[in-house]
Amino acid sequence: MMRVFAALVRRDLAIAVRVGGAGGLGLVFFLMVVTLIPFALGPDLNLLSRIGPAVLWIAGVLATLIGLDRLFQADEEDGSLDLMRLSPAPLELVVLAKCVAHWLATGLPLALASPLFGLLVALEPAALGRTALSLLIGTPALAFTGAVGAALAASIRRGGLLIAILVVPLMVPVLIFGVAAADPANAGRDQALTILLALTLASGAVAAIGAAAALRGGGQ
Amino acid sequence: MQLEADRLTCHRAGRRVLTDVSFALGPGEALAVTGRNGAGKSTLIGIVAGLIRADAGSVRATGTGERTLPESLHLVAHRDALKASLTAAENLAFAAALLGSAALAPDDALRRVGLPGAGALPVGYLSAGQRRRVALARLLVARRPLWLLDEPMTALDAAAQDLLGGIMAEHLAGGGLILAATHAPLPLDGTRELRLGAP
Repeated sequence: MMRVFAALVRRDLAIAVRVGGAGGLGLVFFLMVVTLIPFALGPDLNLLSRIGPAVLWIAGVLATLIGLDRLFQADEEDGSLDLMRLSPAPLELVVLAKCVAHWLATGLPLALASPLFGLLVALEPAALGRTALSLLIGTPALAFTGAVGAALAASIRRGGLLIAILVVPLMVPVLIFGVAAADPANAGRDQALTILLALTLASGAVAAIGAAAALRGGGQ
Repeated sequence: MQLEADRLTCHRAGRRVLTDVSFALGPGEALAVTGRNGAGKSTLIGIVAGLIRADAGSVRATGTGERTLPESLHLVAHRDALKASLTAAENLAFAAALLGSAALAPDDALRRVGLPGAGALPVGYLSAGQRRRVALARLLVARRPLWLLDEPMTALDAAAQDLLGGIMAEHLAGGGLILAATHAPLPLDGTRELRLGAP
């Protein structure tokens, strides 16, 4: 089982980082949103540093949506998903492995780069750390939630819009608690961070079962 | 193992494509499914693979041990399940890990289908016939008794067809089963034929 898991993660990461992969795309999109906001708001550094964590989180949510439509669709189109249906490993494990690979390629670089991008929106040093930590804990929940939508739309051409409509409302709780956890005013009170972690773990379990059920039903 | 299909009936998009199709397949036997375009050959392969649900009838496999039918079969279909940005060897290694019960190493399997040295090339650079050979090499990297082949000879040149014939004969000699949807006759002796859509 772990062999299948490792092989899937390794394969999806290799595809993401090679030519034509969506690996760097989310990061560039993240950077674009974060750099455009200060231009739109004007030179009010206080305002910028107050809304900075929210800006980073919204950019994170939008960046996660990039590439989500191809998560299962690419494998459905070329028959790889049929191969996975023939594997002794359950589809739930396949889904989990693909989510982990998607997060490693999009969510993790985003969380790691957020302290740098936080400087662009004038975040205080304390807020930089908290935002990075909240993104690190919260972005897996975004990937898991998105996977359910991606699995439902796997066999639909141009399902990207449908996925966004399906999963963005479900990402709202993660966004709320993510921004709350990133707020330096909440230092010392870590309820938001705890709930965010719970959301990540719960969405991981729900996504594995839900997306696998959607993929089973989608087998023509 | 033993494969038995009993009175399979299937509708696709409101049209009946299979009506009461029955067949039995034992160790060392090959069955060629023939018929005009749209006769339901690929649908039959999909039903046996468990990817399409039949409206009536059943597919039974006995002697597969602890494995289920989908875990005991190989599928090589039109969609070749190869990733263009990965190399041929990487594609095969992934398939071997996914399918389990590893047999030949990827490079040995590629040599066997006449593509020595193609292991390091991304599949996107290969021609249609070479891609087909890589997809067929998947049959050799994991040991599974039932081979489901959907138009296995598409894009293959004469030499590759001979190679495929040899590989299939070897599989049958080892007690394997082959169910192939095909227009051209299979490069095998003693193949039975199941004709679909005949009036």
